[in-house]
Amino acid sequence: MSAQASARERRERALRVALPAIVFALVVAAWAAAVWFWQIKPYVLPTPSLVAHTLVTDWPLLSQSLLVTLITTVEGFVLASLGGFILAVLFNLSRYVEYSLYPYAVILQVTPVIAIAPLLLVYMPQPTAVLVCAWIVAFFPVLANTTLGLRSVDRNLVDLFALYSASPARVMWDLKLPAAMPYLLGGLRIAGGLSLVGAVAAEIAAGSGGAGSGLAFRIMEAQYRLNIPRMFAALLLLCVAGLLIFYLLALVNYLALRRWHESALDGER
Amino acid sequence: MTISPATNSSAPPVVALRGIGKSFPNGTLALSGLDLDVRQGEFLSLLGPSGCGKSTALRIMAGLSEPTQGKVEWAAAGTQTRSGSIGFVFQEPTLMPWTTVFNNVRLPLKLAGVAAGKASARVGAALERVGLQDFSSVYPRELSGGMRMRVSIARALVTEPELLLMDEPFAALDEITRFKLNDDLLTMWQALGTTVVFVTHSVFESVYLSSRIAVMAARPGRVFTELGIDAPYPRGGDFRTSSEYAALCRRTSDALARAMAAGGGE
Repeated sequence: MSAQASARERRERALRVALPAIVFALVVAAWAAAVWFWQIKPYVLPTPSLVAHTLVTDWPLLSQSLLVTLITTVEGFVLASLGGFILAVLFNLSRYVEYSLYPYAVILQVTPVIAIAPLLLVYMPQPTAVLVCAWIVAFFPVLANTTLGLRSVDRNLVDLFALYSASPARVMWDLKLPAAMPYLLGGLRIAGGLSLVGAVAAEIAAGSGGAGSGLAFRIMEAQYRLNIPRMFAALLLLCVAGLLIFYLLALVNYLALRRWHESALDGER
Repeated sequence: MTISPATNSSAPPVVALRGIGKSFPNGTLALSGLDLDVRQGEFLSLLGPSGCGKSTALRIMAGLSEPTQGKVEWAAAGTQTRSGSIGFVFQEPTLMPWTTVFNNVRLPLKLAGVAAGKASARVGAALERVGLQDFSSVYPRELSGGMRMRVSIARALVTEPELLLMDEPFAALDEITRFKLNDDLLTMWQALGTTVVFVTHSVFESVYLSSRIAVMAARPGRVFTELGIDAPYPRGGDFRTSSEYAALCRRTSDALARAMAAGGGE
C-alpha cells in the first residue's frame, strides 16, 4: 500500500516539473513560429533564439547589472526583515508604540513607491535611495504578519506561562516568538519578492546611468536604443532572480517548519 | 488493602474558597457565594452542568482569574506565591507544537529556573510516570490525542505540585482511552500524594475517580451539595462494574438533577 502511495507521489512530483516545462516549450515554440510566420522585425519582437544569443553575448554587461540589482534587493530585504520584525516586537511589547507608529507604517505601505522614489533621489545618493525604496516596499508584510503572529498565541499556553509566573521576556522568547514563526516566515516570502520590485522601481525612477547600474536601468537604456533583444534578456534575468528568491525563501520556510507546522507537513499523517 | 486517604474530613484544607463571587465585564454572574474547602490529599471533583462556573472556580484557585467577591485562603499562611505548587491540566493538551515532548514537559522547570542538567532527570521521571519515556524526542503532532494528554499531565506533575487542577481533561477522548487515563491518574495520585481538583460534567467519571464530589448549580454558580465517595482505593475494572458503583452513580445523578432543578441549568 505504501509502495503504491509512494509511486503515486513520485508521479505527482514528476508531473509538477514536467507540465510547466511543456507549457514553457509550447509558448517558446509559438513565439518563434509567430515571428517567422509574420516576418516580425527583431527590433519589434526578437526570436527566442536571438534573446538567448543576446543573453550570452551581453552576459558581461548584464551579469554586472544583475549583481547590482541582487545586492540592492538582498540588502533591502535584510533591512526590511529586521525593521519589520523589530517594529512588530516593539508594537507587541507596548501598545503606545503601536498606536503612535502604526498609522505611519500604513502610510508608507499605501503610497506607491514609484511616486516616492523621485523625492528620495533629491535628498540621497542614488544607491541609498534605491535601497530605501526596497526597504519601504518590503518591510510592511513582515511587520503586519509578525504582529498578527505575536497575537495568535494559544490562550491556554499564555495562562500556563502566567501560572508559572514567567517574565514578559520569557513569554516573548519561549512562547510568542515561536508561535509567530510561521507568520514571520510567510511575511518574509512576500518581502523577498517585494524587495526586488522596490529595487527595480527605484532604479527606473533614478534613470541615471554610470557604473553600478542595475538591470532595470539596462532595460530603460536598451529601450532608448531600440535594443529589444537586450530588453528581453534583462527581463529574463529579473524573472529568474525573482524565482530564485521565492524558492529560496520557500525552502527556508519548509526547513524551519516541517517538524511541526501544518503548512509544511508532508502528505502522510 | 483498603486505603482511603482523603475521605477523612478532618484533613486540613490546602486551599479554601470563601464566599467567592465572580462577575464578568459583560454582566454575567458566573459565581456567587461559593464556599469550598479543598483538603490535603483528597481527590475532589467539581461536577455540574455546563455554565455552572466550575471552570471559573478552578481558574480562580489557580490564580488565573481574580474573584470579584470573597477570598481564596491558602494553608501555607502568608504565601501568595503558589507558583510551583500548582499544576494545571487544560481541556486541550495545550502543548507547544514547535518543540519536542521533552521540552514541553521541561517548561515548568525552565520557567522556575531549574538548571538543564537537573531538570533532565525530573523530566525523565515525569515521562516515565505517564508511560511515555520512549517519546521524549517526538513532536506533539506525531502523538495520538490520549498520548498528548499524557504529556500534558506529565508537564503538570513535573514540579511535583501540592495541588493538581484539571479542567475536563478527558472530555475530548474516546471511552477506552479515557478509562485507561482514569486508572493511570488514580495510580499517580496515590503514588505522589498530590491533592487533585478535577472538573467534569460526567457523573460516572466523577464517582469513579473521586474521594469527594462537590455538585454545583448554575445561575449563579455555587456549590449545591457535597458527596463523600467512600469506596476504597485502588479502584479498577471490578469497581466500575460493581453494584456499589452503580448505587453511588445513582445517588450522584439524583444530586445533580436536584442541583439542576434548583439552578435552572440546561
